[in-house]
Amino acid sequence: MSKITLIEAVNLALHRAMREDPNVVALGEDIGTNGGVFRATDKLRERFGIKRVMDTPLAETLIAGMTVGMAAQGLRPVAEIQFMGFIYATFEQLVSHASRMRNRTKGRLSCPMVLRAPYGGGIHAPEHHSESMEAMLAHIPGLRVVIPSSPARAYGLLLSAIRNPDPVVFLEPKRIYRAVAQEVADDGQGLPLDTCFTLREGKDITLVSWGAMLQETLQAADGLAEAGVSAEVIDVGTLAPIDMFSIEASVAKTGRCCIVQEAPRHVGVGAEIAARLAENSIFDLTAPVLRICGYDTVMPYYRNEQHFLPSAALIQQKVLASLEQGSAWEDQQFEPAQPATLATVRKLA
Amino acid sequence: MHQNILQFQVASYRFLNEQGQLEQALPEWTADQERILAAYRTMVLIRNFDQKAISLQRTGQLGTYPSVLGQEAIGTAIGQSMRKDDVLAPYYRDLAAQTLRGVSLKETLLYWGGDERGSAFENCPEDLPNCVPIATQLCHAAGVATAFKVRGGKRAVVASCGEGATSKGDFLESLNVAGSWQLPLVVVVNNNQWAISTPRSVQTASESIAQKAIGAGIQGVQVDGNDYFAISDAIIKAIAKAHAGKGATLIEALSYRLGDHTTADDASRYRTQAELKKAWSREPIQRLRQYLLDQGLWSETLEQALQADTRKRIEQEVKAYLDTPPQPPEAMFDHLFEELPEALIQQRAELIANSMQTGGGLA
Repeated sequence: MSKITLIEAVNLALHRAMREDPNVVALGEDIGTNGGVFRATDKLRERFGIKRVMDTPLAETLIAGMTVGMAAQGLRPVAEIQFMGFIYATFEQLVSHASRMRNRTKGRLSCPMVLRAPYGGGIHAPEHHSESMEAMLAHIPGLRVVIPSSPARAYGLLLSAIRNPDPVVFLEPKRIYRAVAQEVADDGQGLPLDTCFTLREGKDITLVSWGAMLQETLQAADGLAEAGVSAEVIDVGTLAPIDMFSIEASVAKTGRCCIVQEAPRHVGVGAEIAARLAENSIFDLTAPVLRICGYDTVMPYYRNEQHFLPSAALIQQKVLASLEQGSAWEDQQFEPAQPATLATVRKLA
Repeated sequence: MHQNILQFQVASYRFLNEQGQLEQALPEWTADQERILAAYRTMVLIRNFDQKAISLQRTGQLGTYPSVLGQEAIGTAIGQSMRKDDVLAPYYRDLAAQTLRGVSLKETLLYWGGDERGSAFENCPEDLPNCVPIATQLCHAAGVATAFKVRGGKRAVVASCGEGATSKGDFLESLNVAGSWQLPLVVVVNNNQWAISTPRSVQTASESIAQKAIGAGIQGVQVDGNDYFAISDAIIKAIAKAHAGKGATLIEALSYRLGDHTTADDASRYRTQAELKKAWSREPIQRLRQYLLDQGLWSETLEQALQADTRKRIEQEVKAYLDTPPQPPEAMFDHLFEELPEALIQQRAELIANSMQTGGGLA
């Protein structure tokens, strides 16, 4: 078994899925002869032919709509949107059709489709090629949003997404397409959707993240361990529907939670996790929930993108500060802290 | 020096004029008299049902409803010309086509009466449901046609829309791929001249809608959509072409929306009585009746019997609709996914508890 990268794992899963089910077809821009701009669909055309591996016209609305039509016919189409920056044209189809075909026909028709797209920053890409807009998709009822964070999870989750009888948006963290390699057995084993993966056990704080940010989060956990802090690390995996059971169980154990997301803060997936912890886990928490996010700004062009993306050092620093704050909170025996004023915030900054 | 590299022509035709007289010899398929009589009966059924649906809405027994008044010939032609194993991707004014395909009037009433079971279509398992977001169904139709191509076999997809939909990218993108991939697709544009209050002239400067096919490299044809013979002829040919693997066709069916856009609209705000009166003189049912009377295929006695039968059938379907109790509130969860994810099981239970405690949310 040789080590493969995340993009190779995506490719391996696509080959596997197409081999095992003749209903699986692939479509998208430049996915055929070219094998996809990132090579996710490499050699699919040679292996499975032009009928099952379709180069589409350059029209994202059409790609999404045709995918719905094919899926309603019982095919299992896997469509590629070349970059998440071009996914917005598919929203009408996702919101108004893919996510509700089963419901609006009372189960007569369904949409067993996967829409794949690379997302996120950090590869020095041009404008519109670096955003993390997963929360927009996670808000759509009836739609699954799945994000892998390693080659093994890319392989297993993509297989499960393709085999799933309902629509899945599968967002691939392109920053780590080739950054990490690991041994992945092509054994056809899917990984479960709708569930978190605990990547590292710990007892002092729960770090929750998804996609490429898990690299920094795991690094921060290493650093925290050196500082004597034992961090549990959770990979959310499926952002919608979200497995809060695992996150709440972890917080019940650690009493603290830090959510790390590359996406802007406002109304992000982290906001939902924090709200749910406030609803269900408030008495388990010994410190306020911490969010480390991208900013509520337009994604800067690549000369400055590293300032937008949370670093391992930042995560580590914020977590340590929050642990101190949490201890202070405990020491104060729940006396209300002084409200932060603009002046104190400026001083801290 | 410039040379003219390409030239295009757009054909337009009809058989039956506004007085119900033939302008040219009818095609061979019209030898089937029972088909013509069945078409007439369907058009009368649909017109009477349409009137009934509007009165149900006016009396608070049905939600917002889009009348098909004046467009009965197009839907009837679609419904009659498709094979059972073809697939229909309708818009929301395809009542005649859907009824002929096997959608019951009760299901139609359930749909417009706010009940998802109206799209469960017991008798046409593969047809797509009514499509409200404009032109989006054309992309689905291209996808269904692609599925037919992937699997082999000779099936066709018929998709329908209004002329307003031709302004959308979805329409152009679908025609474009239908040409590029030579899909077994027939797109029927109900050019009823009005998209709510926006007239045809605002949608496009194109002299015809049919010519939009040219840019996609497929065949386009314009017919009088209020002439049952012309619109049927165009659809029959287009479906045969699709079945033979010879690609897609765009059909522009000239018609007129004699009613309001929906029961929530008042067309007198934006169009004149004079225009409406003129449009009534071109409507499809009167001219087919005149033709049948002239051929000795119809009579006042038959008309009275048909009207009575039709009303009886409609009353039965309306009763079946009104007698159908609403779904339980938790139905909103039950077909969201094939299997309800664990994350939503609690919300479903919450909904049931909330509805029981408060008697069902907003009054």
